[in-house]
Amino acid sequence: MGEWVRIPLSSNYAAAYAAKDADVDVVAAYPITPQTTVVEKIAEFIANGELQAEMIHVESEHSALSACIGAASAGARVFTATSAQGLELMHELLYIASGLRLPIVMSIASRALSAPISIWGDYSDVMATRDSSWITIIASSAQEVYDSIIQAYKVAENPDVLLPVMVAYDGFLMSHTYEPVYVAKDRSTILEFVPKRKPLWNILDPDKPITVGAVGNPDWYYEFKYQQVVAIENSLNILKQVFEEFGKRFERNYSFIETYNMDGSDIAILTYGGLYGTVTEAVDIMKKRGLDVGAIKLRVFRPWPTEELIRILKNLKAVIVIDRAISFGAALEGPIAMEVLATISKKSLDTALHSYIASVGQRAVTEEDVMAMVENSIDLLKKGVSLTEKSIYWGVRQ
Amino acid sequence: MSSSPKLHYKTVFDIPKEELFAPGHGLCAGCTAGTIVKLLLKVAGPNTVIVNATGCVEVSTTTFPYTSWRVPYIHVAFENAAAVASGIEAALKVLKAKGLIDPNKRVNVIALAGDGGTADIGFQALSGTLERGHKLMYVMYDNEAYMNTGIQRSGATPQYAWTTTTPVGKVLRGKIQFKKPVAEIVAAHRIPYVATANPAHFLDMMNKFRRGLEVEGPSFIHVLQPCTTGWRFDPRLGIKIARLATETAMWINWELDYGEFKVTVPVPKRKHVKHYIRLQGRFNHLTDRDIEEIQKMVDSEVERINKVVGKEIIGPVVE
Ligand SMILES: Cc1ncc(C[n+]2csc(CCOP(=O)(O)OP(=O)(O)O)c2C)c(N)n1
Ligand code: SF4
Ligand SMILES: [Mg+2]
Repeated sequence: MGEWVRIPLSSNYAAAYAAKDADVDVVAAYPITPQTTVVEKIAEFIANGELQAEMIHVESEHSALSACIGAASAGARVFTATSAQGLELMHELLYIASGLRLPIVMSIASRALSAPISIWGDYSDVMATRDSSWITIIASSAQEVYDSIIQAYKVAENPDVLLPVMVAYDGFLMSHTYEPVYVAKDRSTILEFVPKRKPLWNILDPDKPITVGAVGNPDWYYEFKYQQVVAIENSLNILKQVFEEFGKRFERNYSFIETYNMDGSDIAILTYGGLYGTVTEAVDIMKKRGLDVGAIKLRVFRPWPTEELIRILKNLKAVIVIDRAISFGAALEGPIAMEVLATISKKSLDTALHSYIASVGQRAVTEEDVMAMVENSIDLLKKGVSLTEKSIYWGVRQ
Repeated sequence: MSSSPKLHYKTVFDIPKEELFAPGHGLCAGCTAGTIVKLLLKVAGPNTVIVNATGCVEVSTTTFPYTSWRVPYIHVAFENAAAVASGIEAALKVLKAKGLIDPNKRVNVIALAGDGGTADIGFQALSGTLERGHKLMYVMYDNEAYMNTGIQRSGATPQYAWTTTTPVGKVLRGKIQFKKPVAEIVAAHRIPYVATANPAHFLDMMNKFRRGLEVEGPSFIHVLQPCTTGWRFDPRLGIKIARLATETAMWINWELDYGEFKVTVPVPKRKHVKHYIRLQGRFNHLTDRDIEEIQKMVDSEVERINKVVGKEIIGPVVE
């Protein structure tokens, strides 16, 4: 329970408040639009004595994650934040952070990747980290950003998991827009939920010297990687427990996916991030006009919530997946659409899948667009299209 | 600011017996990196965390499930030893301040990287770490090439040296460019302590390690590390070649302690550079004229250093 105050926060500030309330020890980050204000806010917290942490003003994102790896290995609770080019510069270290099994938490204000350079939002950056063995949560409100980061520490530090977690949200559309957010009045509310214990991961302690980051030859490397497979599988259960405990304690409920207006709908739109808000608005408008369409929000991208999705997809005639990233040259270029397709095939469901790509580089997508996609999809269904041959690039000038 | 203390290691009997670098590593027979690391750990003692960049030392000492390290050790990547070390230092500092670990326990944080991991790919992370002023020591073991990947040139490879990417052909003969003056560039960061060292002068080297660990702020020790495989010399000659490097003034052992410059190993009578060069296969292609050209460059460097010191700390060539 605890006491909460309701204040207006951008998602960036919500991320900074979460890091503060989780009492992080070390923050190492490098500025990049649209992430910048996360780090500025944390710097303010430290300057005001609201957070006792070492802020490492690194000279690059590569060093940001490197310093986080060092700090976590020394037993600290660490936080970093980035976007787009910064995340790409960290790429090498993403795999090392997870391979070393360090519970690092990072927030991502998602942004399009260069070239051409674009500071605007989309999910190309997050999708490019797909195979890095980071648990990946995509939030669609500032409250969810705050809550997810708190949850992230609890999951990451669980000895059955010990994997880093990233919490992503829309660059600009969320990072720079204000919403009312409940934050803990006193940090102890949060720390009772995510206590700071003696680290349960491998740490560099002179009293118990160990070698971290050893060479993995062919007779060992594979087992290390398989342990990561097991860990991320385990995280499904741990995430579930953490969501439940969080809900019970704080009365804000989260799951792997969220749905809206599914009763009586045999078509649903699946998306992630802030766009889910636009989709639910569109659903309301369509409902008023007499058309029942459901909405599905993918909240946890890694580990992929197969079971939860199947439970919903199996009742659907068609699912419309709206992606905000492109997997160039892929069998289906919407990255999430491709995973949904794999999920459908796993259980041989006869749910049709229509893949749309939209809001790339933050091209505006309105409720009207969403409704038009639904119309288009219904049309495709009538023509018997159970799978879009290619992803449909919504609103692009071809 | 504190002034340079009395020398701690005066004879071999001052060297601790405790071995924190375990035998059984996979460095080449005759590799001088092992000597450097072993002595480094003797100075640092058990309350030490080593951050090692990818390179010969790392791959030869940490093949799972074995390790040569009796102190906590971490390897993360090739170019970020300084950044990782800065994270560890910051963590220890704040965990002490928060009372989460023993505030009275002094732990040495030491980054250890090759010339490639320092002078080239790791330079940005190093510079950032120095500028931020973390209390840690960075040891660069300089074998003057990317040895782990098979003797490719680095920014620290000396001019004319053969490497696999600066081959000796009909048109080009070894590396064209000069060796990057890494320690001087580091010194330009105005950190408390910078030194160059040489395992042949091991007491001098150990005193520098000790001083580097003592100062409040970053320290940097640039250690010459003759490499039998890459420099093409008989494995038994490593330390002899290291000594010749100093005796010929191809390598000058100096320190810069809170701005005070000192040549710590004076060379009253200098040897001709040919004694150093002719022992190494990587310079096999050099003619006597080429060697004279190198001698001239060394002469002018000696002159420069003597001017800085204000006396003839390194003497003329006598043999
Ligand atoms: C980002 C990256 N690029 C390249 C490599 C390949 N690599 C590993 S060690 C090494 C050379 C190391 O040279 P140096 O730092 O001089 O150490 P040495 O092996 O000579 O001891 C290279 C190029 C790597 N591991 N990571
Ligand atoms: S290649 Fe050179 S530096 Fe590397 S282990 Fe062998 S002798 Fe030592
Ligand atoms: Mg080298």
